[in-house]
Amino acid sequence: MADGHAVEVDRLRVVRGGREALAGVSLDVRRGTVTGLLGPSGSGKSTLMRAIVGTQIVASGSVLVLGEPAGTPSLRARVAYTTQAPAVYGDLTVQENVDYFARLVRAPAAQAGEAIELVGLGDDAGRVVGSLSGGQRSRVSLATALVGRPEVLVLDEPTVGLDPVLRRDLWQAFARLAGEGVSLLVSSHVMDEAERCDQLLLLRDGRLLARGTPGEILARTGAEGMDDAFLRLIGPGDAA
Amino acid sequence: MSVAAPATAARVLRQLRRDPRTVALLLIVPCVLVALLKYLFVDEPAVFDRIGGPLLGLFPFIAMFVVTSITMLRERTTGTLERLMTLPLSRFDLVAGYGVAFALAAAVQATLVSLVAFLLLGLDVAGPPWLIAVLAVGNAVLGSTLGLFASAFARTEFQAVQFMPAFVLPQLLLCGLFVPREDMSRLLELVSYALPLTYAYDALERVALETSYDWRLALDIAVIVGATALALVLGAATLRRRTP
Repeated sequence: MADGHAVEVDRLRVVRGGREALAGVSLDVRRGTVTGLLGPSGSGKSTLMRAIVGTQIVASGSVLVLGEPAGTPSLRARVAYTTQAPAVYGDLTVQENVDYFARLVRAPAAQAGEAIELVGLGDDAGRVVGSLSGGQRSRVSLATALVGRPEVLVLDEPTVGLDPVLRRDLWQAFARLAGEGVSLLVSSHVMDEAERCDQLLLLRDGRLLARGTPGEILARTGAEGMDDAFLRLIGPGDAA
Repeated sequence: MSVAAPATAARVLRQLRRDPRTVALLLIVPCVLVALLKYLFVDEPAVFDRIGGPLLGLFPFIAMFVVTSITMLRERTTGTLERLMTLPLSRFDLVAGYGVAFALAAAVQATLVSLVAFLLLGLDVAGPPWLIAVLAVGNAVLGSTLGLFASAFARTEFQAVQFMPAFVLPQLLLCGLFVPREDMSRLLELVSYALPLTYAYDALERVALETSYDWRLALDIAVIVGATALALVLGAATLRRRTP
């Protein structure tokens, strides 16, 4: 494997519910970068992420994470994942949720508090998750992924339902983590978030439509913004 | 067993504690039922003594079956199970964590209902009351592990609740409580041998009626432990790291 790659996906095919969710996708995620995974809902983003964290049964192709096949037991402490719907315990407090995940990945107890601060929930640490808003809950989910200092973070739409200030803060945190060497794959269907990524992967109907830096994609399409670039990539007459 | 099992047990108990109404129901309902039994047979104290002990030992089995299957089903439907399966946590640790948590909850339940039955309601068994309580906790762990296994076959909480009559009631009907097993048709008697609750009831009945025990009580206990271990292995096997 190339040293510069945290994730390498080669001709990955996944069939879910009788239809091809991923139709031979090849891509890579460079180490120490924030890679955005963009595409409309149903394009295969979540399926790709599940394949990378090793929870998805794949039909063919290969997925290497940190040089090892996805789902290898030794990767479980090095790769962290948040699902699209926040996977946290609604009847526990923020602190109790993050503490539990910290213990499972054998992280020092102090890291739970740091992760809660990082997602901006320091003042709500004692609140029961079930009483929080949807956006707050997804941040609890994010905090549970940050404990244990994973080398690869796979985040499925972590900024859905957040206000612009929080979204900016989180993207800044992602960039900071990438600066520390963490490799992040972040999905979004909000195209304007694309500009905050080092690399972009555009997915549509289970196929990789385009890849490159935001600048490259804008230059190639001659578009003004990411929304426009995406529409141009789909091609004329197919935009509907 | 790694740190993950006690961490999981602590987390499950914390969740249970956040739901005081469920805790109250778990603790009070069996006491009320035993009291009901007492006054149902107020003119026949011998009947109360004969079935009170065994029933007291079976309540935790039923209660923990339901509570565990629902809790585990929630874990599956809210996505936390998928998340846990991406972590360095063995499936056995998760299942063992559940088992330990509900065994502790069952110990509290069995102790309370035993105190009420023996001290307040004057239940009188031939054997030592503590042995009834210990068997009750063992049965609760068995119920818990069976509930865990059963939860794999439910998609909704409605279905999980229906597993109580589906998994538990036939065992209760055939265990010898309602009709002595030797009076059953040969077929039903043979079926009863294959059901773990039969041995749970048999052990309780022995302690309720007899003062000295032989290998048959040991066999009952061995079957209960064996069935618990089997349900634990089967339950762990239903947890899939990779799903379609």
